[in-house]
Amino acid sequence: MLPNELMHEGEHLMTVCNACRYCEGYCAVWQAMERRLVFKESDLNYLANLCHNCSECYYACQYAPPHEFDINPPKTLAKIRAYTYELYVWPQPLAKAFRKNGLLVSLLTVVVLIGFLVAASASVGSRLWQPVRGGDVYEIIPHEVMTLTFAAVGLFAALALLIGFLRFWRNVGEAYSGIAAPAALARAAKDVLRLENLDNGGAGCTYPGAESSQSLRWFHHLTFYGFLSCFVATTLGAIYYYGLGWHGPYGYTSWPVLFGTLGGIGLVIGPIGLFVLKQRSNREIEDESQYGMDVSFIVLLLLTSISGLLLLFLRDSAAMGTLLLVHLGIVMALFLTLPYGKFVHGIYRSAALLKWSLERSRPPEHNLEV
Amino acid sequence: MTIRASATCTEWMKRQGVRFQHAMGGTLHLGRTNAFFLGGGKAMMNAYFAAAERSGIRIVYNAEVVDLDVVDGSFQSASVLVEGKPVQIGAKVLVAASGGFESNLEWLKEAWGPAADNFLIRGTPYNKGKVLKRLIELGVESIGDPTQGHCVAIDARAPKFDGGIVTRLDCVSLGIVVNKNGERFYDEGEDFWPKRYAIWGRLVAQQPEQIGHCIIDAKAMGKFMPSVFPPAKAQTIRELATLVNLPVENVVATVKAYNDAVQPGSFNHAIMDDCRTSGLKPEKTHWALKIDQPPFYAYSLRPGITFTYLGVKVNERAEVQLSNGQRARNIFAAGEIMAGSILGKGYVAGFGVTIGTVFGRIAGREAALQALNQGETRNGKEEAPRHAAK
Repeated sequence: MLPNELMHEGEHLMTVCNACRYCEGYCAVWQAMERRLVFKESDLNYLANLCHNCSECYYACQYAPPHEFDINPPKTLAKIRAYTYELYVWPQPLAKAFRKNGLLVSLLTVVVLIGFLVAASASVGSRLWQPVRGGDVYEIIPHEVMTLTFAAVGLFAALALLIGFLRFWRNVGEAYSGIAAPAALARAAKDVLRLENLDNGGAGCTYPGAESSQSLRWFHHLTFYGFLSCFVATTLGAIYYYGLGWHGPYGYTSWPVLFGTLGGIGLVIGPIGLFVLKQRSNREIEDESQYGMDVSFIVLLLLTSISGLLLLFLRDSAAMGTLLLVHLGIVMALFLTLPYGKFVHGIYRSAALLKWSLERSRPPEHNLEV
Repeated sequence: MTIRASATCTEWMKRQGVRFQHAMGGTLHLGRTNAFFLGGGKAMMNAYFAAAERSGIRIVYNAEVVDLDVVDGSFQSASVLVEGKPVQIGAKVLVAASGGFESNLEWLKEAWGPAADNFLIRGTPYNKGKVLKRLIELGVESIGDPTQGHCVAIDARAPKFDGGIVTRLDCVSLGIVVNKNGERFYDEGEDFWPKRYAIWGRLVAQQPEQIGHCIIDAKAMGKFMPSVFPPAKAQTIRELATLVNLPVENVVATVKAYNDAVQPGSFNHAIMDDCRTSGLKPEKTHWALKIDQPPFYAYSLRPGITFTYLGVKVNERAEVQLSNGQRARNIFAAGEIMAGSILGKGYVAGFGVTIGTVFGRIAGREAALQALNQGETRNGKEEAPRHAAK
């Protein structure tokens, strides 16, 4: 259950906004709101995850503070969103992790995992500060250790995210058949991949400040596609290894390395940009309790890309062994914390956009045409 | 002239960064006739302020003009309180665009009498009309009726100031409206609501204690724009009347008389349908359905003033006219201070903003030209308005 105070705040917000509706052109939140007259907790959970936190509506709002109605959509929805992350999380006892997933915890996780990898490396001779013939990573860490730990961590994260998605989907009242509606999926994919709701017909959005700007979109694109590109690189590497029997390291112009390098560059510029925007952003619209979670995700992404690129360019040097274990430790920590940190916004927002895509093609429940 | 000049306004507004809604539902379902600002009026003002700052115009906030020094129809300087400290500001020209006097309760009372105590002000509490009053005292010709204004029936629980759009109630045409004596006083179904909302404020203002109560039943719920305050709700008309402090027997009698007078018809809120009463005084001429399906709901209504119509008289160059027949030499006016509306009766949605935009552009241009030309002798004959009628 939403804490009472937050439930009231959400209902008050939607009552005022639904009686005004001047923001309907800004984003999907307001169009989805207009299809409703009553706002149950599940409606608030859905709308909160549909919100991209751009604050266009806040700057336009005549009911924002100092008005006595005290309307602040981005902040109220951010608070509800944080609550939904804990509601949908699997396994449930880890809900607390969202509040404690600060930078310190993430870095400690990284250190512990590196320690574990160093220990594993002892079994193949701990060659951490010597050049390795042909840059073969399995001379540093046993193949079985690497494959099994990453498979376990990856599968666990994927399972946790999938369960979170399904819990959201049920909570907001959608049937599983909706997940397989091709037209709705295509429209939602376009919204997700283009960040359509932050575009405002080309003007961009009011983030970090009151002036419209495309910077949030572009830095997010760099981060998102950078992440995706690195994921593709890893998958290609696996196909090369298991499918084609080609053992690494792969050349600078091979597909896995190209994808990894481009993705890595995106994952350097993107998160730095997002971090700078965050520092400049208007504190009035933010739920400050989420700052730690946001920043630790940004830092982990950045550490992943920087250590990955260093590893690539120094793979023939003596530092290769150490860099490899540091990089692997960071990546493992990143994957372990995915379901318990900022990353889940991507899952729930995409799911909310899919619901919106389904919803907007249904006939409205209320006909207010005069 | 305003309508002609308004044709070029939207393009100009877009150049200043003002954004418009795509055609959608729209707040008042006026999408076919009106261009709505994306984000509403405050978003428009934000865009204007940003555009002004980009052009190097300095904006002084927390500043109130308390007096004007005008000699022989020529503006000299203004006394301004900036952050509470008095400052004297001189200028070659003055453009007065300081709105009407709707939040000046004393002045409203002068025009309306004690009834004004029960008025709600839909906009900013800062529209005190000080500059308007001072200009009139200084011999500027006024125009318009001080008792006229854009006055809407809004939810009686709205804040005294700045309740804005969310306090409006769109259910009048779906039910009946009674006064504090439990009696009906006007045809609720006279015309489509968007064409009638602007007369209901005045209708309620003319009722005892300036209050009305709109009564609807379960059939009407969900058929109008949701409002910000929940209605009173009861299973019988009797209970409902008690809840909203109305004389119970009168309300029961009014509803019964109304229900008995309702003629059969096919209800359609989208057209001027044939659901009407017969033999009632006043009749309800459209959308008259029996109020018989519980639960019953009541919304209380008060007059909500959007803006006032009293203004200073200007010519087509937005130059302020003096009551001695001369024109002020360097005073221009735009917006509500020169005309809240130039229509004698009724209202066209968006007209106030249109007048403000058209005359704001004219006044700005003329004032700038005059400031640049000052010192040069003028042609004896009246210059033709340069761009006004373009």
